[in-house]
Amino acid sequence: MIELHGYGPLLVDGAWLTLRVAFASLALGLVFGIIGATAKLSNSVILRGAATGYTAIVRGLPELVLLLIIFYGGTQLVQDIWRGLGNESHVDIKPFIAGTFTLAFVFGAYATEVFRGAILAVPKGQVEAAYAVGMGRLQMFHRVMLPQVWRFALPGLGNLWLVLLKDTSLISVINLNELMYASRAAAGKTHEPFKFYLAAAIIYLAFTIVSMIVLQYSERRSQRGVRMG
Amino acid sequence: MTQYGGDQFPDGGNALAVEDLHKSFGPLEVLKGVSATAGEGDVLSIIGASGSGKSTMLRCINLLEVPDAGRIWVGGELIRMKNKGRKGLAPESARQVDRIRSTVGMVFQGFNLWTHMTVMQNLTEAPLHVLKLSRAEARERAEALLERVGLTDKRGHYPAHLSGGQQQRAAIARALAMEPQLLLFDEPTSALDPELVGEVLKVIRDIAEEGRTMIMVTHEMAFAREVSSKAMFLHDGRVEEEGPPAQVFDAPRSERCRQFLAAGEF
Ligand SMILES: Nc1ncnc2c1ncn2[C@@H]1O[C@H](COP(=O)(O)OP(=O)(O)O)[C@@H](O)[C@H]1O
Repeated sequence: MIELHGYGPLLVDGAWLTLRVAFASLALGLVFGIIGATAKLSNSVILRGAATGYTAIVRGLPELVLLLIIFYGGTQLVQDIWRGLGNESHVDIKPFIAGTFTLAFVFGAYATEVFRGAILAVPKGQVEAAYAVGMGRLQMFHRVMLPQVWRFALPGLGNLWLVLLKDTSLISVINLNELMYASRAAAGKTHEPFKFYLAAAIIYLAFTIVSMIVLQYSERRSQRGVRMG
Repeated sequence: MTQYGGDQFPDGGNALAVEDLHKSFGPLEVLKGVSATAGEGDVLSIIGASGSGKSTMLRCINLLEVPDAGRIWVGGELIRMKNKGRKGLAPESARQVDRIRSTVGMVFQGFNLWTHMTVMQNLTEAPLHVLKLSRAEARERAEALLERVGLTDKRGHYPAHLSGGQQQRAAIARALAMEPQLLLFDEPTSALDPELVGEVLKVIRDIAEEGRTMIMVTHEMAFAREVSSKAMFLHDGRVEEEGPPAQVFDAPRSERCRQFLAAGEF
């Protein structure tokens, strides 16, 4: 076992925080993605324009720049709104919230494209068959559309999740002591950067491998009825 | 008979009546005033050249296409529409549309079984979630229908693992599982390999013989003549010929209908 000079618990806490940020971003990002895709496919020019702008901005900007803008800009904005409401005090955005929001914002933009493609991939006849038996719009969406959208979206979302897991390391720059931040702290204190960054790398890799196993399993499940065999 | 006042359905249309349907897709006027009626137990075949508007007319009946003008009665009930000015008509009540659709079965050219569900799930889905039957009732219905269309051993299969003929038989069973008052068939055998057509026609004939009201768009002329009680020839968005099958198929009054049947290019 590697000697971690008592910094093991720090890394474990960091890893735990990394997972929490990642899952929170995933949940919020999926919501952004579904909203974005719905907007992109709507009849409204304004909604389509907004969704296109959203995805273009995220694609065009480095994630680190976005993170800093949202963190500092968002803090300023919340501050201004808070003051505008007549409050004197100071508000902080917690790094956890800013980090989660940023990662979700990025994830949501790419997920918008994934969901859009998946919705378009569901044959029109599937939807017509649902209406023809008397299902309403919501029921059709829930019973016929969504299960098939999942099937088409899952591979794409899986890749986005793997990227998201790694991107969580970026939020160490806003002083959130997730895994990356914790490793750097330990590396600095012990003057053994290689050892601690290696430990971090192993943990990230472990997360990725577990994710890939879970994804492969769920993809296979979701493909039932599609592939022969 | 129920009195509907000005909304009274036309004579002979107690199962289905459509009156003066118009429908355009952009600049293309597909239906130019089509009327038709079917009484209970009627089998109405709609024939005509490709592009004459047969499918569009059928799809208007359950509002998969919303007509620009005209009226539709299903089982004597007028589907209420509101006028949206230049945009044409829109259903007044989504609930009425959903309810009527649940009493009108539709069989599509491309089967349209739900691919993420097994055959059994396809058959129980709407009875469970639209008619709110109990699981036991829905399964019982489904089992009886699977037996009837000869797919009992396929109940656990996904549609992708079935032949076209099996898929279409399952789709017919799915429609029947709602115990519809009216069944619409939109070229049910056109997407099938020739050797699979027979097994599907056999099922359809079987249903026709039990006295169900059916409207069928088809290119199977011999079959249509045999099972129909009425036939109708559409040409360029208008009803060009209609009457008993013996008239429409054997002695049409319309020259176009005669030519269409003689050309044999269905
Ligand atoms: N959703 C649609 N959008 C545009 N054109 C359509 C649509 N549906 C049908 N059409 C056109 O309407 C015409 C009649 O189609 P259809 O009713 O399917 O004829 P048929 O069933 O007699 O072959 C065709 O020219 C077809 O291309």
